Amino acid sequence: MEKHVDIFLYGKKYGVPESLTIMGAMEYAGYRLVRGCGCRNGFCGACATIYRIKGKQELHACLACQTQVQEGMYIATLPFFPLVKQVYDINKVKPTEQIMMQLYPEIYACVGCNACTKACTQGLNVMQYIAYAQRGEYAKCAEESFDCIMCGVCSSRCPAGISHPQVAILARRLNGKYIEPESEHLLERVKEIAEGGYDKLIEEVMNKPLGEIKELYNTRDIEK
Amino acid sequence: MYTEEMLESIKKVEATREARLGATLRRMTAEEKEAVLKAFHPDYKEEGFTTLKVGPNKGEKVPVELAAMLEGKSRVLGKNIDLENPDYDVDVLVIGGGGAGSSAAIEANEAGANVIIVTKLRIGDANTMMAEGGIQAADKPNDSPARHYLDAFGGGHFAAKPELLRKLVMDGPECIKWLNDLGVEFDKEPDGTMITTHGGGTSRKRMHAAKDYSGAEIMRTLRDEVLNRQIPVVDFTAAIELIKDDEGKVAGAVLLNMETDEILVARAKTVIIATGGAGRMHYQGFPTSNHYGATADGLVLAYRVGAKLLYQDTLQYHPTGAAYPSQIFGALVTEKVRSLGAQLVNAEGEAFMNPLETRDVSASSIIRECKERGKGVKSPTGEGVWLDTPMIEAIGGEGTIEKRIPAMMRMFATYGIDIRKQPILVYPTLHYQNGGVDISADGMSGIENLFVAGEAVGGIHGRNRLMGNSLLDVVVFGRNAGKNAAAKSKGVKVGKLTLKHVEEFEKEIENNIGIPEKLSPMLLPSYARKNG
Repeated sequence: MEKHVDIFLYGKKYGVPESLTIMGAMEYAGYRLVRGCGCRNGFCGACATIYRIKGKQELHACLACQTQVQEGMYIATLPFFPLVKQVYDINKVKPTEQIMMQLYPEIYACVGCNACTKACTQGLNVMQYIAYAQRGEYAKCAEESFDCIMCGVCSSRCPAGISHPQVAILARRLNGKYIEPESEHLLERVKEIAEGGYDKLIEEVMNKPLGEIKELYNTRDIEK
Repeated sequence: MYTEEMLESIKKVEATREARLGATLRRMTAEEKEAVLKAFHPDYKEEGFTTLKVGPNKGEKVPVELAAMLEGKSRVLGKNIDLENPDYDVDVLVIGGGGAGSSAAIEANEAGANVIIVTKLRIGDANTMMAEGGIQAADKPNDSPARHYLDAFGGGHFAAKPELLRKLVMDGPECIKWLNDLGVEFDKEPDGTMITTHGGGTSRKRMHAAKDYSGAEIMRTLRDEVLNRQIPVVDFTAAIELIKDDEGKVAGAVLLNMETDEILVARAKTVIIATGGAGRMHYQGFPTSNHYGATADGLVLAYRVGAKLLYQDTLQYHPTGAAYPSQIFGALVTEKVRSLGAQLVNAEGEAFMNPLETRDVSASSIIRECKERGKGVKSPTGEGVWLDTPMIEAIGGEGTIEKRIPAMMRMFATYGIDIRKQPILVYPTLHYQNGGVDISADGMSGIENLFVAGEAVGGIHGRNRLMGNSLLDVVVFGRNAGKNAAAKSKGVKVGKLTLKHVEEFEKEIENNIGIPEKLSPMLLPSYARKNG
């Protein structure tokens, strides 16, 4: 039989196989999850979790679906955190410093404690991306925050009450829409299609007898 | 992290790497592909399927697990449901908060309709969020929608509904523009040219990406837009049955609060099913790359109001699910890993196929390598073949992995595997529901006022889907359904609400099969260990 470890779910002790993730361990213990479980693959941020190892001081944050259990883990999940999401019209905002001051002025109250970075379940330099946002450097903020899954653990640790993931997604949308260069070939193709430039070509393919379509498919040239 | 036996095999992979780097791997002929599919693809495994005995697809083949749901026991019968005083009364009801549902809601809102989203988990808890590799669209000068059509039509075994596939490829570039205008950050060259790669079965490099968080980047942007528009999102609330009016048109849904079990009623002029896929049904016992809620709910709801399904007997097994370690068993290893140059290699260090064949052919070839040829790599979790990730940096230069597939690097690093230095073990995982509800090009099912979008639709891709065509599909057909459902709602006058169709369907089951036992839709899989 596989080796078991003792963990504490919300303070209650359970013995679970040591190979399990925290999420797997909760289900092994008998929990039927509704909250705190989404993609189960580390992309959705539903299973933010905090834990401490018995006898140790340090507080850790992780995703329950991506973290293996350890002996003596005291575990509490954080399936929801009240982030502040400001409403804006993406077509009306501009990538200037003013927009952050208007929507998320609390970022200027950052005390530089770095608790957000220490808590990030994705290992991002959260305080650094907030610094970029403060300075209106949205391309840098976007790059630094790109892997954010919006689990909200950073914000739970912030003494200034910043909603870091919401700041970051604003920066990324500004970057994607206004700062990154436009794709000329894309605009050109959209225009050509709208003008009916490809109607004939596609109908030619669609209207061929099946045998001819198969031949066309099996002998098509493939870009290297 | 690897066992001794696995490390021995890795030595063989390393020994052949140099030679493999220079070699061009032959593509299979049409005959070879057909042979490997028939012998090894799970869709051809007879014991995995049964025949439907009731409903619009009576007499047709379907996975046994899906049949149990389609012919299952309704969750509303015997409950006292007040249809006269609905809790929600809207123009457009969107069921599902993934990529298709969100796109639909945004367009319905744009068209001025009163729209709400109901979703059984949170908005964004969806397969869209987990799509890593990219999104196809024919927007490069050497490409055309006609080429995209041919690639997808052939890749889907010439079974796609032509008018749906035409819409997918013709609307593709405009959807990329729409996403970019919403602020989605696509990978671009400094001059704005989209960085595009191949996917399995593409003849042109038309895979657009946002690193390997392509779906997450699209989904979080769509979610942010839904919230900016202040479209109501009723989360942790599942639709458990559709409601009709006395003229037989779909006119709402019965909802279930997942946490409190409260039953609610939504009346709507039009309904959009955008409930996604079915990986959590674990067909034939396969692990899945899908999110927790992928249980084919939409197919069940639609079937009970009389909507016909199409290609419900065909599933996609992604060739490269993680086969080791156990903690990530079945998780998706994006096809982009192969687009960037990693080969599929057996235990002896031999590259046994071109890594960019279509998904069904690749998955079948991997199963053959393990089951027939005995050249799989044994691991504590079963077996698999190597995906030789260090090749990516040998081809693209140091740093390519961190820049282009950071999520993959992170997922394996958690378990002590550096994918820049060591290959990873993969085996097919249940990934996508090729089939679903049959729709016309306007997004409507055969039942008046019931629209369907995203993975719950059948027929867009035929009997196999190419990488990057489902992110495109959820956006194209999500927006399409949103626009058309909003327009349609303007002329709808809802009659008296009824659930009589559910009673009648259940009677038909009783008469043909017997009293159904399993509650359906499933809503969530049961992974909790039964204690005592």
